Amino acid sequence: MNKTVNPKDLTSDDDYGPLYAARKKVYPQSVSGTFRRIKWGLMAFCLGVYYFLPFVRWNRGLGAPNQAVLIDLPNSRFYFFFIELWPQEVYYFTGLLIVAAVALFLMNSIGGRIWCGYLCPQTVWTDLFYAVERLIEGDRRERMKKDKSSDPMKLERISEIVLKHSIWLLIAWWTGGAWVLYFNDAPTLVKELVTFQAPMIAYVWIGILTATTYLLAGYMREQVCTYMCPWPRIQAALTDEWALNVTYRYDRGEKRTSVKKAAELRALGEQVGDCVDCYQCVAVCPTGIDIRNGPQMECIQCGLCIDACDNVMTKIGRPKRLIGYDNDINIQRRQEGKAPVYRIVRARTIVYSAIIAAIGGFMIYTLATRSLLDVNVLHDRNPVAVKLSDGSIRNAYTVRLLNKSGYDRVIAIDAHGPANATVHVIGVDSVTPDRPMIVIPRDSTSELRLLVTAPADSNQEKSIPVRFHVTDIGLGEVATATDNFVSP
Amino acid sequence: MTDHSDIDAVTGKSTTGHEWDGIKELNTPLPRWWVISFYLTIIWSIGYWIVYPAWPLISSNTTGVFGYSSRADVAVELGNLEKIRGDKMMALGAASLADIEKDPALLALARAKGKTVFGDNCAPCHGSGGAGAKGYPNLNDDDWLWGGSLDQIMQTIQYGVRSGHAKTHEGQMLAFGKDGVLKGDEIVTVANYVRSLAGLPTRKGFDAAKGEKIFAENCVACHGDGGKGNRELGAPDLTDKIWLYGSDEASLIETISQGRAGVMPAWEGRLDPATIKAMAVYVHSLGGGK
Ligand code: SF4
Ligand code: SF4
Repeated sequence: MNKTVNPKDLTSDDDYGPLYAARKKVYPQSVSGTFRRIKWGLMAFCLGVYYFLPFVRWNRGLGAPNQAVLIDLPNSRFYFFFIELWPQEVYYFTGLLIVAAVALFLMNSIGGRIWCGYLCPQTVWTDLFYAVERLIEGDRRERMKKDKSSDPMKLERISEIVLKHSIWLLIAWWTGGAWVLYFNDAPTLVKELVTFQAPMIAYVWIGILTATTYLLAGYMREQVCTYMCPWPRIQAALTDEWALNVTYRYDRGEKRTSVKKAAELRALGEQVGDCVDCYQCVAVCPTGIDIRNGPQMECIQCGLCIDACDNVMTKIGRPKRLIGYDNDINIQRRQEGKAPVYRIVRARTIVYSAIIAAIGGFMIYTLATRSLLDVNVLHDRNPVAVKLSDGSIRNAYTVRLLNKSGYDRVIAIDAHGPANATVHVIGVDSVTPDRPMIVIPRDSTSELRLLVTAPADSNQEKSIPVRFHVTDIGLGEVATATDNFVSP
Repeated sequence: MTDHSDIDAVTGKSTTGHEWDGIKELNTPLPRWWVISFYLTIIWSIGYWIVYPAWPLISSNTTGVFGYSSRADVAVELGNLEKIRGDKMMALGAASLADIEKDPALLALARAKGKTVFGDNCAPCHGSGGAGAKGYPNLNDDDWLWGGSLDQIMQTIQYGVRSGHAKTHEGQMLAFGKDGVLKGDEIVTVANYVRSLAGLPTRKGFDAAKGEKIFAENCVACHGDGGKGNRELGAPDLTDKIWLYGSDEASLIETISQGRAGVMPAWEGRLDPATIKAMAVYVHSLGGGK
């Protein structure tokens, strides 16, 4: 990509190794700094939302669930604060998925894999597990030493290991536990869970998620990002030269040498870099790579190496951000002695934003204007039409009425189309001959059998359209559906 | 035996000793976890053979050590299903026919249940939607040989028509030609007369007075004055627009000379009372028959 750079300067030979190598265990060191603080903040936020959202209440009136976010599978309803979705409205989820995908593209075009570095559940939980590990077993050096030590297991060490895994399992278990709370009234389910009254499926799911969390965050860690997740490979195709990626500014860093040597050489007016080859950036990296080797697929762009190097630079009195979020263009420009340019607003980001705005806007619009009264009509197929003893023609329909609102409705049905037709609903005695009235309970569907009868010679056509109007007597809300009236 | 002493010069690994055209195969064993799970599956399968019914014997099969049987499982599942449905079917059995139609929940249940039972038992003759066919009444219209009220439909389903059941509907269209009661020209005349009753066109020069006389002497007993029919006897109304065996002259002549006696089986005893009730409600709801 860069003509001015010889990759040999950046990478050592053994980086072009086999496609799959046995895993080298990574021991990331703790670090403090701007990006680490952002990561802590986002972690607290994401986990907080995930663990506690099921306990948020939302008043939907008597008889309706009062959990703010609830996936009510037995009754096929999805509740999200003031929104209640029915199964036939799953397209909102489709829309949401599209928006999410494009948002990922947008993030990628602005800041590379910031999703991976800060928000991906794999990153968040792995980070949490590392924090626990560090707390119990100590930082990088200690952990390496403990793992290497061939001493017979001492009681202290054993208790450390047991403690670590217990806490890991506890977190994993809570993660699985929080998951099932989204599918049932949370306080009730918690009570049932602790008294072993909860349905089997809840325990099964908690078990599955406990296992996956424990394995993925405790053992697989960066392997998931490198070998299991498709996103690193996809995002490479979506990124461009303007995207900000964690970058080692080799134009500033090379040649690497010690602080003392650098001072001497600088005094002699020779070209030396700021990098002191302290390997701090490597030590903190959760995927165990050396960012100084240039952009790599393994890099999740968590920015921790930036913090690590900034700390070093501060200590040796050189300007910060030897490693920083930067784009490909600036590397070239700086080599040519030009000022860096950053551009967030460009064709790509505009298009992505426009797509998000369009789909999001459309979803909000349809959500705001969606009808809470709906009618579907299905024409009888066998027979399509019936001749009655007086010669008149009758067609039968199966009508499904949906009352998505939180109150019972009294509705009237009338049919427009066949001349002089009468409408009859099975099981309903109509007071007004052509306008049967019925009650549909709130938040439910009713299936009715509806008969439309027209005199023999009032309709010359073999098939004429018939339009069913369903009117809420109280509110005047109307829903319609069209079908055909057929003569034999 | 493979010879592992042969070491590949490039990789430094041992080879299997197999060589094809100068190419040697490196000895790369499967990962241990893989091999272990492989052996575990073998052990598992042997256990499975023993624990579950598996081996065919000459006239039966091994029964396993737990006495497990998928047949028994199905029976248990079916029993559970009945238990789940029990309350509802009980409610259906307890309610009167009229009450079922008034209660939306019971009506929905009866229609759903009735529909499946109808599909299994009645559809072969009456069609999947009850549309009927020649000789098999359309259940969607308002013309009922034996009455179209809920109770009458229920009764017909329970006892059938000419079914041999003690309480069955009886009634017979006599074979006036075959039995020599009427002569050929008389049959043609009365057939045309019947057509005239329904307002259908008649053959040119047909003697209406003679037809009326023949009808009065032979047909009124069952079909009533003016051919309005008689539901007690299952005698159809001859003045309406619905004809079970066709309304053209040839069909009528055949009906009059050969007679008609369709049969419907009695369902009492074959289906339980609640199911028959559901079916009656379903059939009634097809056309809201009177
Ligand atoms: S190289 Fe830096 S940004 Fe990339 S994963 Fe490692 S620490 Fe994070
Ligand atoms: S932390 Fe900074 S100074 Fe140290 S090796 Fe990495 S890039 Fe060089």
